[in-house]
Amino acid sequence: MAVNTVVENPDPIFGKLSLEVIPYHDPVVLPVMIMVILGGIFMTGLITYKGWWGYLWNEWLTSVDHKKIGIMYIIVAIVMLLRGFADAFLMRSHQALATSFDTGYLPPEHYDQIFTAHGVIMIFFVITPIVAGLFNLITPLQIGARDVAFPFLNSLSFWFFMAGVVLINASLFIGEFASMGWLAYVPLSGIEYSPGVGVDYWIWSLQISGIGTTLTAVNFIATIIKLRAPGMGLWKMPVFTWTALVANALALVIFPILTVTIFLLTFDRYFGTHFFTNELGGNQMMYVNLIWAWGHPEVYFLILPIFGVISEVVATFSKKRIFGYKTLIWAILAIAVLSFLVWLHHFFTMGSGAAVNSFFGVMTMVIAIPTGVKLFNWIFTMYKGRVEMNAAMWWVIAMLVTFTVGGMTGVMLSIPSNDFVLHNSMFLVAHFHNVLIGGAFYGFMAGLFYWFPKFTGFKLNEAMGKMSCALWFVGFFLAWVPMYLAGFDGMTRRLNYVDNPEWAIYLYIAFAGVLVIAAGLGLIVLNIAWSMLKRNDPAYKDVDGDPWDAPTLEWMTDSPPQFYNFAVTPHIHDLEELRYRKKNGMAFKKPAKYSRIHMPKNTWAGVVIGVFSMAFGFAMVWHLWWLAIIGFVGMVGSFVMYNFERNKDYYVEIDEVEAVESEWLARKKV
Amino acid sequence: MSNTTHSELHHAAHDDHHHDESEKVIFGFWIYIMSDCLLFATLFAVYAVLSNGFYAGGVDPKSLIDLNFVLGETALLLFSSFTFGMAMLYAYQKNEFAMKAWLIVTFLLGAGFLVMELYEFYHFSHEGATPFSNGYWSAFYALVGTHGMHVFWGMIWMIAMFVHFARDGITESNLIRLSCLSLFWHFLDIIWICVFSFVYLFGVYS
Repeated sequence: MAVNTVVENPDPIFGKLSLEVIPYHDPVVLPVMIMVILGGIFMTGLITYKGWWGYLWNEWLTSVDHKKIGIMYIIVAIVMLLRGFADAFLMRSHQALATSFDTGYLPPEHYDQIFTAHGVIMIFFVITPIVAGLFNLITPLQIGARDVAFPFLNSLSFWFFMAGVVLINASLFIGEFASMGWLAYVPLSGIEYSPGVGVDYWIWSLQISGIGTTLTAVNFIATIIKLRAPGMGLWKMPVFTWTALVANALALVIFPILTVTIFLLTFDRYFGTHFFTNELGGNQMMYVNLIWAWGHPEVYFLILPIFGVISEVVATFSKKRIFGYKTLIWAILAIAVLSFLVWLHHFFTMGSGAAVNSFFGVMTMVIAIPTGVKLFNWIFTMYKGRVEMNAAMWWVIAMLVTFTVGGMTGVMLSIPSNDFVLHNSMFLVAHFHNVLIGGAFYGFMAGLFYWFPKFTGFKLNEAMGKMSCALWFVGFFLAWVPMYLAGFDGMTRRLNYVDNPEWAIYLYIAFAGVLVIAAGLGLIVLNIAWSMLKRNDPAYKDVDGDPWDAPTLEWMTDSPPQFYNFAVTPHIHDLEELRYRKKNGMAFKKPAKYSRIHMPKNTWAGVVIGVFSMAFGFAMVWHLWWLAIIGFVGMVGSFVMYNFERNKDYYVEIDEVEAVESEWLARKKV
Repeated sequence: MSNTTHSELHHAAHDDHHHDESEKVIFGFWIYIMSDCLLFATLFAVYAVLSNGFYAGGVDPKSLIDLNFVLGETALLLFSSFTFGMAMLYAYQKNEFAMKAWLIVTFLLGAGFLVMELYEFYHFSHEGATPFSNGYWSAFYALVGTHGMHVFWGMIWMIAMFVHFARDGITESNLIRLSCLSLFWHFLDIIWICVFSFVYLFGVYS
């Protein structure tokens, strides 16, 4: 039974809230709700019992250290990945059941919420924080900086993102989530056709976390442009840093479009303006154009940093310099520019005419060229290298193969006449899962295995890593090749009930694939837990901070890195600075003298503003105007208060630096 | 001007780090302004689409817009950019009194602009052109209103600057803050010139 959140006259105190909006009668949601409540009580109890609140507050929640913020992003991303995967599991099992036997077990309105939530979560709350987390963890270390340019802003970005996470998860237990698909096309997302609070949850969770992403973009562009160590010209920047720069430039340009688009939809829904309405001069195609003018560059914002990850991993484990560094960078820049010229391929069928469709079709094919260039860069880096086939490289190989297949089907879709047949079909869905899982996720896993010891001090289990990679690889094709075929046969996406018995076999195989993927995902989680238990075992422990004999600067620190990153800012000689230093006997030397280090202090402001923004978002969803005012005034007030604070930074004295450094250098046996 | 800035800031700084700080913050603020620029670009695009002849039976903007009135608004805002420039010059000279005086003039000009804009909105709404009338007017209010909101926040920021100056005087960090605000204020001027041209002039003469 669905929850009814359409309230004619909201209460002045409780807004649209009432006990009826809690879906306690839903047999799917209720067990989850009970588990979350019990889990929450258990965690709170445990933290209180162990007296960890102070530690949590001082060392994590208020931290402005880019490494800790990065770790928090990644942890949240992995938790949200489990939730997004649970949604995927529900959909696949439901469709497998709903094909020839019965109507399945999910009622249409619930099923619609699940596919919407799945898309929103995977894009905004899994891949986005993965990418933001990687920027945070890697970039400052790779460029030899102490932190990002604006550490407080970085913390604020994270907490805006967290507000979005909390809102989208709240929708599971309080009210409902949107049921119109992840990009909220009008008029379906308008107040007329979606009068409940689902779309409002979508609006505010994306709006608030999107502002966080814009701030991240500002921060990292300034960081990379202004804080590079002396000697590091642009053409000596590691590839990951390059991709971080370009991806953030993309985000800077596109996220304002999303902000405006969501605001206009908000005005339409809350106040009755006519931007996207059916009547009085509103324009629905404008919504589709705006959302994709943001949405297409957005996928490159997500994939470019992953290309950077692959480049780093390949160069390290092939024991070779990356092949064709400059062509690789130019390919990245070309993709960034072209990504703005292809958005219309998302709606070839909406009647722009042959000339416009041809232009965007050709541009879409053209973008495959710089992407192909990169693939050859990676392959030729491995060619004649001493490739170390460890778990990270397994994920790289899996990525190269799977992503290429996804790219090929993308080129098929880019031909407008093909698209008229394949649009809105499972073929399309299979295509973008192919590039997002096969590209973004596999690439992230390669990065996880590579950088894990840097930030935790211990490696992940190799055998389990390879096993999970194999399971994902097999499971993925098992799940999605049938979907390509079903798409060719005409199966459209987002079906709650499938009445064509010929598709049943595809859906059964796909479900089997999901089971294999589930095993792979479980093994990744198990691997992290297992390796954590074994962390002091010599096979796992990263003793001196450079377990892979890696080429770039982040490995010139301890594992986990010293809180100030580098005792003395390094002077850069080469693209692969650490490899250069090792070759010339300059690495890990005790410097002539230390000086005191200027560092930012932790601050309450980021987390407090984040909590106020969360309250504001929740209040706007439920029309609790008094709480919305408190939330907004709280946000602005806290920001101003922070602005008037003095002593936001401090110095680490030479004695302390010396103590930390000599302990580490002793371990390195220098 | 930039030479003065740098040597002044450098003089006030205790070590190298603070010198970098000012450059870094102002650069970061430029980057932010780029993203704000895209925000306005999107709103201009929305306005361009929705003003494309589809008045859908609502009030024709030609019959409402009074160009002389808008010219007055424009003059206030453009002149406030000049006065802010004066305030900035005096800030570099550490002349706190003159700086504050020019800032007050800037604030009043900004307030005058906002009052005129609000009066215009009130007048238009009275004539039947509200944000809810049709797509054109929704886009009009969104674009012009977003600019107005920016001016409003700029004025709040000015008040905050007065508190900063009252507390600490013209310190290095306050100079950085004032430079960012000045960038913001001039940026809003440029946006307004676009609003004036595309919304008001084209609105009347096209």
